[in-house]
Amino acid sequence: MNQFQYVRATKPQAAIDVVAKDPTAKFIAGGTNLVDLMKRGVMTPQKLVDINRLPLNKIEAQPTGLRIGALALNSAVAGDAQVRARQPLLALALNAGASPQLRNMATVGGNMLQRVRCSYFYDLSMPCNKRQPGTGCAALEGINRMHALFGASDKCIAVHPSDMSVALVALDATVLISGPKGDRQLAFSDLHRLPGDTPERDSNLEAGELITAVDIPDNPFTRHVHYQKVRERASYAFALVSAAVALDIENNTIKAARLALGGVAHKPWRLPAAEQALVGQPATEASFRRAAEVAMQGAKAFKHNAYKLRLAPNTLVQALKTASAA
Amino acid sequence: MVADTYERARHAARLVQAQYAKEAHQTSMKAGAAQAFLPTSAQKNPKSPMADYQRGQADAYKSASLKIEQEYVIPNEMHSPMEMQSVTAHWEAPDRLTLYDKTQGTLGTRRDFAREWSLPEENVQVIATFVGGAFGNALHSWPHESAAVMGAKVVGRPLKLMLTREQMFTMVGYRPYTWQKIGMSATADGKITAISHDSIGQTSTYEEFTESTLAQTRMMYQSPNLTTRYRIAALDVSTPIWMRGPGEATGAFALESAMDEMAYLLKLDPLEFRLRNYTDQDPEKNRPWSTKFLKECYQLGADRIGWQNRKLEPGAVREGDWLLGYGMGVGTFGAHRGSAHVSAQLLPNGHVVLQCATTDIGPGTGTAMTQIAADTLGIDPGRITFELGNSGFPQSGSQGGSSTVNTVGQAVQDACLALKDKLRELAGASQPAFASAKKEDVQLADGYLTLASAGASRAQYADLLKQPGAAFVNVESKPTGTDGQTYSMYSFSVHFAQVAVHVLTGEVRVRKLVSCADAGTIINQKTAANQMKGGAVGGIGMALMEDAVIDHRYGRYVTKDFADYHVPVHADAPAVEVAFVNQPDYHVNALGTKGIGEIATIGVAPAIANAVFNATGKRVRELPITPDKLV
Repeated sequence: MNQFQYVRATKPQAAIDVVAKDPTAKFIAGGTNLVDLMKRGVMTPQKLVDINRLPLNKIEAQPTGLRIGALALNSAVAGDAQVRARQPLLALALNAGASPQLRNMATVGGNMLQRVRCSYFYDLSMPCNKRQPGTGCAALEGINRMHALFGASDKCIAVHPSDMSVALVALDATVLISGPKGDRQLAFSDLHRLPGDTPERDSNLEAGELITAVDIPDNPFTRHVHYQKVRERASYAFALVSAAVALDIENNTIKAARLALGGVAHKPWRLPAAEQALVGQPATEASFRRAAEVAMQGAKAFKHNAYKLRLAPNTLVQALKTASAA
Repeated sequence: MVADTYERARHAARLVQAQYAKEAHQTSMKAGAAQAFLPTSAQKNPKSPMADYQRGQADAYKSASLKIEQEYVIPNEMHSPMEMQSVTAHWEAPDRLTLYDKTQGTLGTRRDFAREWSLPEENVQVIATFVGGAFGNALHSWPHESAAVMGAKVVGRPLKLMLTREQMFTMVGYRPYTWQKIGMSATADGKITAISHDSIGQTSTYEEFTESTLAQTRMMYQSPNLTTRYRIAALDVSTPIWMRGPGEATGAFALESAMDEMAYLLKLDPLEFRLRNYTDQDPEKNRPWSTKFLKECYQLGADRIGWQNRKLEPGAVREGDWLLGYGMGVGTFGAHRGSAHVSAQLLPNGHVVLQCATTDIGPGTGTAMTQIAADTLGIDPGRITFELGNSGFPQSGSQGGSSTVNTVGQAVQDACLALKDKLRELAGASQPAFASAKKEDVQLADGYLTLASAGASRAQYADLLKQPGAAFVNVESKPTGTDGQTYSMYSFSVHFAQVAVHVLTGEVRVRKLVSCADAGTIINQKTAANQMKGGAVGGIGMALMEDAVIDHRYGRYVTKDFADYHVPVHADAPAVEVAFVNQPDYHVNALGTKGIGEIATIGVAPAIANAVFNATGKRVRELPITPDKLV
């Protein structure tokens, strides 16, 4: 691990000021990803600004939705009565992630800013444009069975690893941000980026910007929801593919749908066309299968991840079957 | 890098810029197998178990009409014990070294480092009182141990070195990638007529690692024609090492999968197919088994798993979105017994202290030995201390090859009998009843010695211990007689699995696992069952998830932490049901034990693979069976 300074912030603005002024500084909350990356030497911040003491861990009911503080723990959100009643999809996705020990440390803000889990990103001896721009993407022609189907570039084909984020993008969440230039809001779907020519940038946050909360608007998706996560063991593994689905069904007809896939792109992958394909359709496996076909349009596989071309639509269909039967 | 704290050492190590001269390399078995060769040991000795084997006609299956011919692959699998390799080296004097080491053999490690430093063996002490799981990876001395010894010499202080999990992937050996091919033919009524089994295992360019991948094939089933050919391929990789079940587990994946494939070709129940080819004597060596209760294991297991519910037709049982299937796999491993020394001493307070250099890497060796001693001496286990894991104690081989209870257990029994006899002799000096008694007749009571046949005679321990000649014995125990040449000695196991496979996602869940063993006398039901369960869970890892993937362009592992290299978690492990036949085999030793460690894993992976086929109709011949192979 590199030598670094550690400071503890007690006010959001103070934390922001430090990180905005110092490009080598990083916020740290649960540290479940950053500390690993520092141990490996993948990230080498010169200064850590501990934000755990900031008053940002509340889960509050607002007139039009829920506001979840960025420092709320994953386990606290997943177990919160309001979250379970009003946004059960989020609770399901959170509980599918990591292990209980990690969920007890990891925060909502940190979860969405997890870095990719591509093995080449983690191995300092390998080329990786995300870690070291311009060195090339070792995964492109390498071992890429975990990698992207959508929105990849020849600079980076890694996928975003968060489960929670797949639910949040499906639920039309909004991220609240404080920064050196003041406060702003960002649609959750705009928080993460596709790699393009700048894979070193995971998100659209500017230097020194701090996520303070996430807003989830009320919706009718309190019953027919499911988070289906396919992984290589029964628990404690990153998704090969995951699907977050939320349906509003009346008289067996789908009135509204929200769909997203995880493990297929550099960002949680919302599926607007597939959602449209479901509206007005009967909640049957045939409808789900057609929507899954729409969802997969434009998918492009690499040498080792062609199985995801079958697994992703199947996972979506299974999630829809389970959600509609709930 | 040596430093006074772990953090400083790691930081300093990161600052070192290493430069390497690039050379062409080969890490891929797919490419390297073309240069596979017969191991040197077999080239020198045609009777080596690694040599080609032939009975009847070579490759006779080829001309048969009912035959299968398939290839099977297992990838590199990494040793993943809880405790990483760790050593503390301390030069007590310029020519005296003490190692606190993770090792399965204190004497093997002592020998290696005495040689490396040209020291007399008695100048090296190796202590391994506790070992946090080893599974074979501590049966060899590794480079990091040498580094620690050298470092301690340079700094003149005790030096500790513990590998990181990532370093475990390249520093301590692994189950090698192995390619296998099986050809098998049978008659329409289910009698095997020929088996050919070829295997190529991975080794390094600087050491030849070999293992008994083909042993089970040669002796498990009656087949008049049988051919085995074992080869290794040397790659630019670190040297493999035994990993629980070792080669036999690798070989059983191919053999027991092939048995299942043949049963399907014949439209026979796979259990019935195995019964029709059951061997009542060893077909390899043409001599009787010392004991074999495999049929009894089949029955125990079939009853417990509910084998009668299995449908022959694959894909026939569906429960919601899951397909259900049953499978079985058989395992065997030699019932090895070596020689061991054990000492036993009676203390004035009536406690007995036993010592042996053997290690306990997790199976509960200390418990089993204490139990054997308690049974032999007839005293409460609380009065017995069994001390192990120290090269200064009486000699024993390494803990490996399922042989510790067979070997050390017998030595414990012998030492306890010798101690009784010694005490009888000491008591006999003053009490004639003891002098003429048999050692079996001697009883150790609370503070004094008695005779079963003459309850009135007593000898106080305090008095005995005052006499000349201590109440101490050091006994060597080793196989005697001709049983080893007359009989073939093996432990046997069968594993039955019920799995569920998701029709859309290809996820496999092991719903139920039943493991039954003919391992001779079971010394301790709990620790023995614990070994069987652990071995079964290891088999789940082998079948469904363990895969150390190398990017051959760079010759580096890309799955080298527990995020990428998956071992089973609790959610992957069903309640494993264990049953023992528990029949003694007195040809192995007087305790009747045969060994458990390896047969707990051998045959589990094919049981699961066969169950996946029964569930889905998909035959996966390259492990692990991950969702991508089924979806």
